Amino acid sequence: MDGIHDMGGMQGWGKVHYDPDEPAFKAPWEGRAFAISLLSMNRLTGCNLDAMRHALERLTPLEYLKNGYYGRWLLLSETLLTDSGVIAEGAVDARARTLRGESVTEPPDPVLNKPDYTATGPGSLRQVDDPPRFKVGEQVRAKDMHPAGHTRLPRYVRGRIGRVERIQPSALLPDTNAHFLGENAQHCYQVAFDSKDLWGADAEPFVLRVDLFDHYLEPAP
Amino acid sequence: MSPVPAPSDLPVELRTEALESILVEKGLVDPAVLDKFIKTYAEDVGPLNGAKVVAKAWTDPEYKARLLADGTAAIAAMGFKGPQGECIVVVENTPTLHHLVVCTLCSCYPWPVLGLPPGWYKDPAYRARAVREPRALLAEFGLELGSEVEIRVFDSSSEVRYMVLPERPAGTEGLSEEELVPLVTREAMTGVAKAKAP
Repeated sequence: MDGIHDMGGMQGWGKVHYDPDEPAFKAPWEGRAFAISLLSMNRLTGCNLDAMRHALERLTPLEYLKNGYYGRWLLLSETLLTDSGVIAEGAVDARARTLRGESVTEPPDPVLNKPDYTATGPGSLRQVDDPPRFKVGEQVRAKDMHPAGHTRLPRYVRGRIGRVERIQPSALLPDTNAHFLGENAQHCYQVAFDSKDLWGADAEPFVLRVDLFDHYLEPAP
Repeated sequence: MSPVPAPSDLPVELRTEALESILVEKGLVDPAVLDKFIKTYAEDVGPLNGAKVVAKAWTDPEYKARLLADGTAAIAAMGFKGPQGECIVVVENTPTLHHLVVCTLCSCYPWPVLGLPPGWYKDPAYRARAVREPRALLAEFGLELGSEVEIRVFDSSSEVRYMVLPERPAGTEGLSEEELVPLVTREAMTGVAKAKAP
């Protein structure tokens, strides 16, 4: 989906905030949210890493940005746990109000609704027996596609022509795996784009390399 | 698919405590397990791992060749593996080629060698600008690269994770592998800085 998460090339953010001495977690809650998310993604909900990333993308732009990286991890955990019927909608709000002393009726437990999905192997790498469709050195075009669901094809390369630099290990396709519609194991290619083909003639000279699944590519015209 | 949680004015600290309390009450989460995850990533898995890999590559040409040919295997051989390290590709900086790593879509990062991503790597400004004006961005980090240096930016969009092998600093010829380790920062292994001078 074309969401706030797809930040490559956006303007207006200003300078990067750089603190070389920051700890891994700036406050105790960040560590709790991180650890809860690791369990929520998989063990508690039966979801997967791609569904987790898509849960981030489904946050509104304001929610996505409001509490930073671990703030959205907390919200994605709530999303996955609610989707899969592990906790009730509104349960976290109610419990939070209870914890701060309000008198709140907590919602009843929902019916478990975990996805009908089992990974065919560990992680995301998968064997593909067919040879890769594109060869190293070949020109390819990133499709100009705008799916409503999850994709790992960044907006800023869509429709642009690049060159295959390397055949990466084949892997499951996040676009379908995130929605429990099958792993669709396929080839993945490291594709190089010239900065001027992405940002115009006045762009800084550099080469951008990005790993793109077979589904995202078509032969260059 | 249900809607995402409604925007809430409740502080995120309190929401986190509330979610943990529900999951513990249901018997789904053991706080001690959360403590263990937190300790692992706050104290044990960090850029020191990657620094050891780099220092070994600087002092052992045979290991360096293996590292560049199959980063995942060479890194696992030093005992570093785990989540976000399924496939690690190591790219070498030289006097004429500089690599920079970003994840524009979230903040993918090679956890087994660098730990969890630092704040600047997760900053929207970094995610947005690294693929559009890397030279200007690097200058803000204090790294001015000459026009003879080609910049190659990697956007970590698949499960492949990238680690930069920085150039070995001048004047370190006499240093041992152990003495080189402190010169290798996570910034150098992501490409926003060079390794420190001795």
